[in-house]
Amino acid sequence: MTFLEMVDTYWVFFLIGRYPHGPLGGLALTLLLASAALVLALPLGLLLGMCRVSPWRLVRWPVTALVFVVRGTPLLMVVFWAYFFLPSITGVKTGQFTTMLLALVVFDAAYLAEIVRAGIQSLPKGQSEAARSLGLSYLGTLRLVLLPQALRHMLPSLVNQFVSTIKETSLGYIIGLTEVSFIATQINTQVFTLPTQIYLILALTYFVLCFGLSRLAFRLERRLSERTRRRPAGSEPQPMTPRVPA
Amino acid sequence: MIEFHQVNKWYGTYQSLVDVSERIEKGEIVVICGPSGSGKSTLIRTLNRLEPIQSGRIVLDGQDIHARGLDVNALRSCIGFVFQQFNLFPHLTALQNCTLAPLRLRGLSREQAETESLALLKRVGLAHKAHAYASELSGGQQQRVAIARALAMKPPVLLFDEPTSALDPEMVGEVLAVIKDLARDGLTMLVVTHEMGFAREVADRVLFMDQGRILERATPDEFFNRPRHPRAQQFLSDIRSPFVSA
Repeated sequence: MTFLEMVDTYWVFFLIGRYPHGPLGGLALTLLLASAALVLALPLGLLLGMCRVSPWRLVRWPVTALVFVVRGTPLLMVVFWAYFFLPSITGVKTGQFTTMLLALVVFDAAYLAEIVRAGIQSLPKGQSEAARSLGLSYLGTLRLVLLPQALRHMLPSLVNQFVSTIKETSLGYIIGLTEVSFIATQINTQVFTLPTQIYLILALTYFVLCFGLSRLAFRLERRLSERTRRRPAGSEPQPMTPRVPA
Repeated sequence: MIEFHQVNKWYGTYQSLVDVSERIEKGEIVVICGPSGSGKSTLIRTLNRLEPIQSGRIVLDGQDIHARGLDVNALRSCIGFVFQQFNLFPHLTALQNCTLAPLRLRGLSREQAETESLALLKRVGLAHKAHAYASELSGGQQQRVAIARALAMKPPVLLFDEPTSALDPEMVGEVLAVIKDLARDGLTMLVVTHEMGFAREVADRVLFMDQGRILERATPDEFFNRPRHPRAQQFLSDIRSPFVSA
């Protein structure tokens, strides 16, 4: 079988798995899993991050513990826990997709929490002091003053984590989730003679996804910084004259 | 209006306020001066509870500010605070900096809040910069916006923490002119500053602090011409001729 024949035979399988005759798989499943993980992990990460900087110990301590446990564990372990351990407690066998999604969301949320914490804590103390001095509450200060600034600073780290998430979906392979790596391996088993080409295509696919996301984020970052860092036209400082009624 | 009773504050083992007692009348303009590390900034920061105190009482308008059940946000919203480092919110325009708190805390409509804030910006001579971000403003302009922001909550008390110390020399005048203008309004003001000319001209009273104690209370005339405490005499002669060793 030549390379072109292989592509011709398997491209639909690579893109969507056995769908519509079987479960959705392939690249489509990878994209679905990655986006669902991002969409769910971001708000959870924000929440956990806010808990990490909370002045209330009762909120801060359990979340800190969770973050440290998750950060000290390989994702593979988290996947195994979700796959074997969780059903033994709940008594419900969750599907592979849900299992993987759960593992990814918990894992990434813990990392995002640290990014959020760092983002908030890197802001000058004067920002929260100024907001509190106006009479804004702790949460109001967080929401209106600290988070909008922190999120902007965090953008590069957030994108980094999102890119990781896309790549981490490939671990679904080990619990038999038919995402794109799993499909590629199946194709390789069937074709047998073209492993280099098949895995190159797989690598290229991940690269395009991750690179595309990075570029998108880069442009977003530039647009955001233009808004707050633009200089006035003819930006030489003008002589300052007080315009105060005498 | 404002009473300090036997206020003590420690940072660890270092005592930054020692038995401070003082009474400030409504409408009074009090300048606090003294060498750095003397507790001037700490003193005014205790008044809106940015700094906790370990013993003593602070009473504002007959109300103990550390009383149980007191709404600290409501307390702070009636004390305007202007910082040495301006602390404008960089993700918001000058106008949005001013409208943020009134919109949230005074229940104004956007239109009302903007009209009021524009009037305040006009008063500090910056109506034409209403839509500029902090990064587009000079230091003096930023500090004038910060003053307008503090005024937006219509506080009866204004605190200034070295408002001109972070400014280039040529911008000091424009900020002092704004503060001088406010002094005519009957607001109660506590100003920590090294600008002795300003103190002489605007203050009703001067407090001189060193090592956490108020060593001298006097009218500007008495203080600058006939200081009683030896430490105050030393301080005044030092700032008048900084290059002459004692």
